[in-house]
Amino acid sequence: MNRRSFLVAGGAAVAGSVLPSPLHAAAAFPLELGKLPYAPEALEPHIDAQTMTIHHDKHHAAYVTNLNKALDAAKVSGKDALTLIKDLSALPADAQTAVRNNGGGHVNHTLFWSWMAPAGSGAKGPEGKLGAAIQSTFSSVDDFKKLFGEAATKRFGSGWAWLVVKADGKLAVTSTPNQDNPWMKGIVPDSDLGTPILGLDVWEHAYYLKYQNKRPDYITAWWNVVNWAEVAKGYAAAAA
Amino acid sequence: MVGGVHSEETTPPIAQGVPLHLEPLAFEPEALEPYIDAQTMRLHYEVHHAAYLNRLQAALREGNLRAANAFSLIRGLKHPPASVTPELQTSLRQNGGGHVNHTIFWRILTPPGKSPQGPQGRLAEAIQKEYGSLDTFKSVFAAAAMKRFGSGWAWLSVREDGKLIVTSTPDQDNPAMCGLVPDEECGLPILGLDVWEHAYYLKYQNRRQDYVSAWWNVVNWTRVERNFAVVTAR
Ligand SMILES: [Fe+2]
Ligand SMILES: [Fe+2]
Ligand SMILES: [Fe+2]
Repeated sequence: MNRRSFLVAGGAAVAGSVLPSPLHAAAAFPLELGKLPYAPEALEPHIDAQTMTIHHDKHHAAYVTNLNKALDAAKVSGKDALTLIKDLSALPADAQTAVRNNGGGHVNHTLFWSWMAPAGSGAKGPEGKLGAAIQSTFSSVDDFKKLFGEAATKRFGSGWAWLVVKADGKLAVTSTPNQDNPWMKGIVPDSDLGTPILGLDVWEHAYYLKYQNKRPDYITAWWNVVNWAEVAKGYAAAAA
Repeated sequence: MVGGVHSEETTPPIAQGVPLHLEPLAFEPEALEPYIDAQTMRLHYEVHHAAYLNRLQAALREGNLRAANAFSLIRGLKHPPASVTPELQTSLRQNGGGHVNHTIFWRILTPPGKSPQGPQGRLAEAIQKEYGSLDTFKSVFAAAAMKRFGSGWAWLSVREDGKLIVTSTPDQDNPAMCGLVPDEECGLPILGLDVWEHAYYLKYQNRRQDYVSAWWNVVNWTRVERNFAVVTAR
């Protein structure tokens, strides 16, 4: 399959279309699969097109499908995915695990796509207020990256590494198992709760085709495709 | 024997323990094709499994601990010696579990066509009694493997009360980790399936169901039967 047929087969968006900035409105988390904000091969060579296509069209799509199934079964409607995962205890007991897993999966992946952009398409690192906050919290951008990389490497099994803005406005690096998310009150330890402004998927499906067991190589490569402008927007919204 | 291939007869049954070394595979890495591909087998055995063993040994050194048998080690993890810090206990759980689970996994695999299609002796009767049929058992086991969210394993174990149970554990937990897995799911495993994505992603990607279905073709029922005989001989 060549790249063009990937595009067609994947039904993916052409480069240039943008996701609504996810942190600004709950409307950014409708109960449906959004499009990738770039072509699946746009993150090459750091993340390969086949991984992006399967990750979005199969894995992310399955979370959306299974979320909707769980909500249908529980007769829950009228709420977007973010509202649902922020207060899982409001759901019928037998729907909570499915919404935690699949609502988490939907929100996490939607954010993940928005936090990446083709290498070289934007700022190489955090600038402005975000840059200053990272510097004052972690000493330097390199120290931040090292800490974040350790959180991502150390996550045993499947999960995510996060940069969050805590309730007091401070930045912190955390990690969650499986599809848990720093917004999940009552699930994530209180000390790790916050608004995620950057996250890295370290499920093996996120890197195995290209990197196999070498998760650290995937993490290192991933910094090249971080969309710092989007991270800065999230920071501005969360810290406001 | 180092670096060679162990014969069926020399590979010990699960309940006799898991030594602190990488047991040679009883088959070539490509021998499970087309159900499990050679590249996956090599990475899985030589890199993933080896890494668990290396980290287990590092954890034991760090804690000044000695263990001849990793299976006994993980069975006692709920109540480790007082000198074992929570961090060390976690490392022993993850890496001891990883080493034991993968050793168990390799032991119950065999090239397609080399094994009977199912258990023949007392295990066949026990499965019949518990599940009604081998097919029903397989669908219960496959459902456990499919339901595991994230990384983990599906297991067939024999519980303390002698009952056969199908369970699933997260990450590298093992049914023998009593006190760490729920009491009613604690038992001695006689069959296990790795459903970490690394076990199938190169060949099956997101299609875990296809991997689970294919895997039955390389289960060594002779070994599972023997595991059952050993754990039920008391
Ligand atoms: Fe993912
Ligand atoms: Fe040997
Ligand atoms: Fe594995």
